[in-house]
Amino acid sequence: MRLAFIVERLLQLIPVLIGVSLVVFLMTLLTPGDPVEIMLGDQRATKEQAESLRRDMGLDLPPAERYARFVANALTGEFGRSFFHRRPVADVVAERLPATIELTIVAMAIALAVAIPLGVVAAVRRGSLVDKAATVVSLVGVSMPAFWLGIVLILIFAVQLGWMPVSGRIDYAYELPRITGMYLVDSLLHARLDAFANALHHILLPAATLGLAMAALLMRVTRASMIEVLEQDYIVFAEAKGLGRARVLLRHALKNALIPTVTVAALETGYLLGGNTIVETVFGWPGLARVIVEAIYARDFPVVQAGVLVIAVIYVGVNLAADILYSWLNPRVRQ
Amino acid sequence: MTDGAAAAVSAGRSDSLTRINLRRFARDRISFVAALAVVLFVVVALAAPWLAPHDPYDTDLLRRLQPPGWMEGGDWSYVLGCDTLGRDILSRIIYGARISMSIGVVVVLLACVAGTLLGLAAGYFGGAVDVIISRLVDVLLAFPYLIFAIGLMGMMGPGLQNIVLALVYKEWTISCRVVRGETLAAREHDYVRAARAVGASSRHIMWREILPNILSPVIVVATTRMATIIILEASLSFLGLGLQPPLASWGSMVADGRAHLLEAWWVSTFPGVAIFGLVLAVNVAAQGLRDAFDPRLVR
Repeated sequence: MRLAFIVERLLQLIPVLIGVSLVVFLMTLLTPGDPVEIMLGDQRATKEQAESLRRDMGLDLPPAERYARFVANALTGEFGRSFFHRRPVADVVAERLPATIELTIVAMAIALAVAIPLGVVAAVRRGSLVDKAATVVSLVGVSMPAFWLGIVLILIFAVQLGWMPVSGRIDYAYELPRITGMYLVDSLLHARLDAFANALHHILLPAATLGLAMAALLMRVTRASMIEVLEQDYIVFAEAKGLGRARVLLRHALKNALIPTVTVAALETGYLLGGNTIVETVFGWPGLARVIVEAIYARDFPVVQAGVLVIAVIYVGVNLAADILYSWLNPRVRQ
Repeated sequence: MTDGAAAAVSAGRSDSLTRINLRRFARDRISFVAALAVVLFVVVALAAPWLAPHDPYDTDLLRRLQPPGWMEGGDWSYVLGCDTLGRDILSRIIYGARISMSIGVVVVLLACVAGTLLGLAAGYFGGAVDVIISRLVDVLLAFPYLIFAIGLMGMMGPGLQNIVLALVYKEWTISCRVVRGETLAAREHDYVRAARAVGASSRHIMWREILPNILSPVIVVATTRMATIIILEASLSFLGLGLQPPLASWGSMVADGRAHLLEAWWVSTFPGVAIFGLVLAVNVAAQGLRDAFDPRLVR
């Protein structure tokens, strides 16, 4: 039954993925004027060069054929050549993607680590000073624009106090041969704790910047669902049975209260993926989101297209995982 | 003060649901203050030409990176200091309020109108109409918001009209989902069945019966979304993909100051405070509105 559920969800993805590829393709048609001229910009290109670029990008074909080619190429991971980076777009994406994934995961971890304990305490002590403070912090958290928060954190922790590096992923001396491209993972695989510490030191500030609004949101969700669970009969019964408060909270209540938290966290991953564009820019983090923004400045349209498509597909995948996880945690939804 | 406002609201004596809700909202002191702060921002934006001490576009290289009035080398007639081109930061923030708020209002309005129409159609007619609209919503939801907007801005190029379009293209899905769900529920209610039984047209039922009854969740969602849209516009402008200079957008003002963080922190800081203040006020007021209008919270 569970397998059937997963298969059904996978099948439902097909129209969504087709739609996503269509939207990304249609974006290119929005460019006012001739994309080739815009891409060549001030470079003095001959007519022949412009024509060969047009042929390379398939811009001489009718839109329907261009879309078919785009999908066929995307399925094989072939996105053409980047003009700015002067190499295949797929290579650029593969090189930069791990940095974005690593930053997103650490930001999510920070958000959960902050949100769950705060949410639980706020729920258990509803109306207390802690609860009120948590509410204020969460409102501040969702209202703070990430780019400004990042700048303020750099000013305080990197410039004034000197505790944190201003930018980058790792110090030059610790750079290791690439395995996954995620430095925290690679350093452990190389058994280099010093490099791990250095990478962790670099990722903390950007990840905290990215994760704050998420932490604020998840704290509210955890608080609300914990309050609801605490009013359930089985909790009242467990307490009446004489079980210790801590045991009831952690073993009985928290497990159920976390279902909405985990679900919302997965569903809102898109917020982190989008926020990466800002945080990677502010902290000079060489990830995929930053590449998309730079590609726009450089009018490197194939990179923009590939980057947006890859991030959307990742987000769809995370949502699918959330769906499956939710049905696993909460068997009531699986009829 | 809040009691006075509550009394003013209830002066009409007619106890419609909206009145009761508004009275509940006015009694929530913090939300009321936040709502006043939002009104203050609106007034500042509207009265910008009279309030701004200087011309926001007037460059003066002699005042380049001049510190705020209270610091050494500052000048009180340029209270918050000057930016890289010697323009008065306070005046630019005041003018920036116009851009931030008008984009927020226009995007949310357009998105609400489109989303409400499509959501009503999807929920009321069901069938193929619902499938098409819901699939479109699913596809758009598959894109992280900022990535979608950045991709569009990258293709369309910067500019006021393009920002509004880039945000509306995705934003309508939010009100559409709310309205679709509410319409589905309303369709089963007796008042809709009664209207259908007496032979009312679909158009009449949608416009006259369902829409007035589902409007308040739409309004509540719209206020919350306003805060998100303001941050998104500021983010796009920060990345240099939004409004073009010399227009004063809070996001691009923060970006301008980034290169001079060490010697002139005020260039980035004050516009950031303005965004934060406005968004916080909108969020707190919206939360108060939601609490007041959500009947599930009435104990």
